[in-house]
Order: sequence, then structure tokens, then C-alpha cells
Amino acid sequence: MSRRPWHPLAVGALIGAVTLLLLVGLLATGGFDVGAALSALVRGAVGSPSAFVSGTLVRATPLLLAGLAVAVAFEAGVLNIGAEGQLLAGATATTAVALALPLGALTLPVALAAGALAGAAWAAVAAMLRQRFGVLEVISAIMLNFVAQFAVAWLVRGPLQESTHIYPQSSTLPLIAQLPVLVPGTRLHWGFALAVVAAIAIWFVIRHTATGFRLRTVGANPFAAASAGRIDAIRIAFGAFVVSGALAGLAGAVEVSGVTYALYENLSPGYGYSAIAVALLARLDARLIVASAVLFGGLEAGGVAMQRDAAVPSVVVSVVEATLILMVLSAGRLRGRSWQGGDGGAAAITADPATLVASR
Amino acid sequence: MDVYQRADRTVSDHAPALALRDIDKRFGAVRALEQASITVRPGTVHALVGENGAGKSTLMRIAFGLLQPDTGAIEVRGAACTFANAAEASAVGIGMVHQHFMLVPALTVAENVALGGRGRFHAAAVAARIRAIGAETGLLLDPDARAGSLPVSAQQRLEILKALARDARILILDEPTAVLAPAESRHLLTWVRRWAIGERAAVLITHHLADALSMADDVTVLRHGTTVLARPVASIDERTLVAAMLGERELDAAASSLTLLVDRAQPAPAASPSRSAAASVGVRDVVLSLRDVTVADTGGVVRLSGATCDIAAGEIVGVAAIEGSGQAELLRLLAGRLAATSGTVAIPAHVAFVPADRERDALVLDFTLVENTALRGAGAAHGVMAWGAIAQRTAAAVERLDVRTSGVQATARTLSGGNQQKFVLARELDGAPRALVAENPTRGLDIRATADVLGRIRTARAAGLAVVVYSEDLDEVLALADRVLVVHQGRVRAMEPDREAVGRAMLGAG
Repeated sequence: MSRRPWHPLAVGALIGAVTLLLLVGLLATGGFDVGAALSALVRGAVGSPSAFVSGTLVRATPLLLAGLAVAVAFEAGVLNIGAEGQLLAGATATTAVALALPLGALTLPVALAAGALAGAAWAAVAAMLRQRFGVLEVISAIMLNFVAQFAVAWLVRGPLQESTHIYPQSSTLPLIAQLPVLVPGTRLHWGFALAVVAAIAIWFVIRHTATGFRLRTVGANPFAAASAGRIDAIRIAFGAFVVSGALAGLAGAVEVSGVTYALYENLSPGYGYSAIAVALLARLDARLIVASAVLFGGLEAGGVAMQRDAAVPSVVVSVVEATLILMVLSAGRLRGRSWQGGDGGAAAITADPATLVASR
Repeated sequence: MDVYQRADRTVSDHAPALALRDIDKRFGAVRALEQASITVRPGTVHALVGENGAGKSTLMRIAFGLLQPDTGAIEVRGAACTFANAAEASAVGIGMVHQHFMLVPALTVAENVALGGRGRFHAAAVAARIRAIGAETGLLLDPDARAGSLPVSAQQRLEILKALARDARILILDEPTAVLAPAESRHLLTWVRRWAIGERAAVLITHHLADALSMADDVTVLRHGTTVLARPVASIDERTLVAAMLGERELDAAASSLTLLVDRAQPAPAASPSRSAAASVGVRDVVLSLRDVTVADTGGVVRLSGATCDIAAGEIVGVAAIEGSGQAELLRLLAGRLAATSGTVAIPAHVAFVPADRERDALVLDFTLVENTALRGAGAAHGVMAWGAIAQRTAAAVERLDVRTSGVQATARTLSGGNQQKFVLARELDGAPRALVAENPTRGLDIRATADVLGRIRTARAAGLAVVVYSEDLDEVLALADRVLVVHQGRVRAMEPDREAVGRAMLGAG
């Protein structure tokens, strides 16, 4: 017998309170000035319009796109832990195309599309390994994250290194390949608008179209999807993984053409990993991912300010993020809903049709 | 057949092997048991019967220490006991075989038996113990076989063996025949009969009245969590038993279905009106057709070979087979859920399909009924989902088949098994399909739900659908079918619904 589920607001308040307590506890035991550190955190995230727009929202942009990537895959029951690698693949492709192909006004859209395609291709490697050889996509995608990271490290010292060959980074993207600023006087670029539109579109597709319904069905029960729905569960799971890669690739593309304007080694401070938290915190709901991406963007921006103004290592923020994830996952149980069943599509992606035929 | 014959037993006046007295058990607001009692005499097989949800399994889970009663007493061989867990129950010689087996497929028989024990694992000692039990009780199993590679009936023997290895003298079997073919069921029941002598006793939780009446010495009937009848089998008849299970008031309502359910052991009635009608139609309107169809699995093993059959509108074709003979593949071919390796398959685009494992293959348990309605045809759907219209269709279907639910936005998980099955039938029959393929459609359902489902299948025939029904229960197949397809080792053969002939053909005996 399950108890009555908690009210969502009560759960939210509890999570907020515990997180804050933990943060204060960490700061106090670390011997930091708790008041100064917290005020730096808040100032860095939402202290001023410019801090919010140029700090929080700018950081929220790649988190939002990568969070959507993770959510699309999770909805279909496949676990995309490789958003970081796909993001780097996207950033690399966008850089390469923007630098190598002077296409005039088309340079920016083509470069962004190249980033999305590269992310999709990077994800397809893991999906194919799973489908052909049964390699778990969780493991291969993590490995591919490292491959992408080291490939970028090599590229920015080799073929893509800037023309003076001094710094380990690419040349600056031509102006025509840079995303214009969205809010004048800030660093917020059009990539944020693109990401918000993507979130709304994905929410609509998942909740209100036949394609999205197939995706959710395969994620929830690939066997019923195949038998009762006559859905090609393997194709859907594969497709979801590739689309997920494309979104993560787009996150990298937008980061390069909107923020850094060049490819370099530590382009992403782990956006692809934080994205998993962003998606889970929002319970995979694309509309809520906008909010949770902004929350995490604020934490990242605040963390940087805390390090700068109160000398608190920004890893404290990582601890807070991890705590949030753990608590949201347990809250799933508190509220009477578990996160089990996420492996449905993962099973489907390799399941051969014979095993989808019931044989007890 | 002598296998069902009851041995002449001396009724002992000793203390009962197991007694549960006046047990009450609540789960939150739900009263699962109220004044439930059972007294199992040593040397007997005791049938515990009742509708789904009557509390049979709950009572036996209390006897096995998996649940603790709110009030009431447990006695084992005259001594009062309380069990905090299953280990304490098995320490006094109680063993339980669950409906869903609890085996580790990758481990051997010996390892499964040793699992949960203490100290070091001596493979040879465990194997010797298994052989000794086999020699003593006739429960033969290869200690080195992998549990996962055993057929279902042998897995069940392994579950029993696990209990016996812990010196179980009181064996509780929860719906043991639900997973077995008829011949296997007889084997099992015969074994239980022979085993339960001296101070040993067996409790059989069962839906099958025939099993209870032909096999058991005593019967206890639970209705709504209360013991309503407890008597030696010799002193009661089917009508009394059914009346006790359903309650007198409801008996008449269910009477129409009772002929089928009680008279299982008897041959199917002679040609029904529709049967002769179907036969008299000269040119039959064939809906489902297979020509020389072969199905091989991905490992290249041929599951079905040279299958040829025609199924016409307005007939029920029963499929009879022992589990694993290729009948699952035959049904999925006819339902369009499986592609043929070779041969010709001619079926309509929309075939209603009711698979055996509804929780796995027919429903997404965490989806609402509306979403589960949308599931049919989801593979070919496109564009925007018209949720409003789908919700209306769902409400209509729920109404039409009298599915008990709190509303169309309830998840499928919240429905009882019988209502889930009625919902699946309603969904599949929506949109005027020309054929219905049903696999074990009444498995796990209580008497009333079974009657509903069987009635629905007959209605589909009357409405002119081509109907194919497979059931593990041969009598159910024979009671429904106009003709029978017997599947044996991947070969399909059409037969008249004659019990003797079909039974022999299922076993490959001509």
C-alpha cells in the first residue's frame, strides 16, 4: 500500500531547505565567511540585470539545449550520458565549417547545422555499437566523451590551431558566423531564444504528436509498443538517440558561435554532464527544463562569483548540484512515482524481434 | 484416469499440521482478511479456493511469514507460532512455491537450492541432497542443469525442491497449475497427492474447481477475506462450492457461465447452432489465411514449419498446444505481429490481438487509459494526437465493456486484472476489425471476469469476426471452438473439437 503522495510544493520547499542547509554547513565547516559567500553567490546569479542576463542566462543556454538532448533520449528509454562528447563534436564542426567555408549570409545557419549533424553522428556511433554489438550505450557514450575531449585537444594544437600557432585554440570565428546579441549591452545571444523555441517545440512534439507518443511508449514499455502499437521500437530508440545527439551538438555549436567565438580545450565546464541533472530536475518535461536550466545557469554563474569574491572553490556548487539531483530522484519516490523503467528503450534498441515475441 | 483417484487415507485425530485461526489483516483502509481460518490435517491435500481478491494468497503469505496478521493465531503441529519472516516459517517446516518463480536463471539447480543457506557451499553435498530427495519423493532434477534452461514445469519442480531441501513438511503451492500444460498439471497434482502422507500436508491455492474437487481431501473457501466453507471434499458438490465462492445471491447471475467452468472435465457439448451454421455455409468468407508458412527465430531454429490454414468470418478456431510448440508464433503470424520467414500470409491490416502477457505486451501500465487507447495503431499514426477525441473513444469503450475504473485518466496499473483484460478487449475490438486473435485470454481472471471475456469472444463471432483463441486450458478451447488447430513441434493440423483426438495430437501421439 503506498502512502499518499506529498504535495509538490511541500517537496520543493523541503528540497530547497535541505540544499541551503547543506550549503551553509559546507561553507561553515570549510571556515569560509558564510554570509559573504552566499551573498556573492546570489549577486553573481541574480544580483543585477546584467549578472542575470550576461551570467545566468548565457550559461543556461547550453544547459538548456543539452538538457533537452538528455530528456529526448530518456523519454525513449535510452540513456544518453554522452551529451558532453556530442556537444564538443558540435562545437568542433561549427568551428571548422565557419572557418573553412565562407558562405556569406549562409555561414551561420550552415555552421550551426553542421554542429547539430556532428552531434548526431557522434551519438550514432554509440547507438550503432549498441545495435550491432550490444555495447551498452552508457559505457560507449562516456568513452566517446573522452575521445571527443582529446580530439579537441589535438585539433586546437594541430589542424584547427590559430594562424600564429602560439595558443592552443582555433582562430576567432568571422563576424558573419557569430550569433548576434539578443539583449543589447549584454552577452546574451540569439542562441538563448533558439534554445527556448527548441524547448517549446520539443514539448509539443513529445506531448501532442504521434511521433512523440511513439517515443514515450517505447520508453515506457517497448514490448507493448511493438505488440499493441506495432511500433518499430528499435528504430524509435535509435532515432531518439540520434536526435538527442543533434541537440547536444547544437548546444556546442551555439556556445562557440555565441560565447567563445573560438574552439579551445576547456570550452565546456561539463555542460553535458550538468545537463543530465537539468533534465532530471525538470522530470524530463521540456517546459520545466527551461526553468531548471536557468536555475543551474544561476548556480554556475553564482559559483564563479563566489570563487572570485569570497575565495570559495566553485566545486562547492557542484556538490550543491549533485545534492539537488539526489533529492529530486528520491522525491520521485516520495511522490509515489519512481524513475524505474528508464531502461525500456535501451532493451529495445538491441532486442531482436524474436524476443519481442512473447515466450515466457 | 487413476491419477486423480483419491487414496484411502486414515484420517488422523492428531493436531492439525497447520492451523490459522480468525486471522484479520488490513492494508490501510482495505480489509484483506476478516475472520479467515484454515485447518490443514496432516496427511492431506487441502484446496484453498475463492475468487480473485478473496484473500487466498494473503492468508498463505501470513502462514509463510511474509506478512504478519493484525489479529489471529497460527499453530503448527499444535504449537502456537508467530513468524517475523519467511525464514522463521521455513524453520518449522513450512515451504511455499509462489506463482511467479523466484529462481536465479544463471545459477545451476544445486546453486539455487543452496542459495539463502549459511556457511560454505559444497557442490557435491548439495547435489547428493538433491539426489536423495529425488530418490525419496520422485522429484527428479539434474543438480548441474542451469535453472534458466529448464522448462517451466522443471523450474516449478526446482521451486518445490528448494522447499523440501529445507525440510518442508507443509507445502503451500500458489496456483501451481496456472503455468503448466494439462498433462504437466496432472503430473504435478499426482506428485503432490503421493507426497502428502504421514505428517506432511499440502495446501493448493487454486482457481480450478476441478483440481480442488478431484485432488484435495479438504477444501476451504474464502469470500471477501472470510472463511465461508471448510469441509472434506467428499461431502460437497460443485454447486455448493461455487455457491460458497460467489455467494448465493450472485449464483444465478453467474449460472450461465458455470456450465463451462464446472464441467471442464467433461467433453465439449455437441455441435452448437453457430457451429452447424458455419459448416453449412458453402463458400466461406476467409479472413485469415496462411499458405506453407515457416517461421525461424534469429538463431535459425524453426519454430513453425509448413503452416497452412484458413480462418473464416463468423467462426471460432481454437488453438490447442503444449506451451512452446510454436503456437505463440502461429498466433502472432495471424495477428500480423510477426513476419514469416517463408510462405504466404494473407491477413487484414487491422487484426484485434489480445496477447497472453497483458501487462507486458498489451498495456503500458504507467500510461492512462486514454494513452493506452491511443496505443493501438500508434505505429502508423501521424501528425498531432487528437487527445480529446481519443478520450471520448476511451470513455465509450470503458462504458461498453463495463470496465471498472475511477476514470479514463486513471493509469492502467490501477485496474484489476479482469478489468485490464476487458479494457484490452474493448480497445482491440474498437474500429471494426475483421479478426480477433486471443492468447490465453482468461489467464489469472476470476470466474466472473472469465465469463465476461468468454462472452465477449462469442459476441465477436456472432458479429462476424474471424476468431482465433488459444488457451492453456484445453477444455476452454474445446468449449469455445467450432474447430481446432493443433500445434505440435511447429506443425499445424486442423481437427474437429474432439477431446480425445485433440489431446493425443497435442502430445504427438497421432
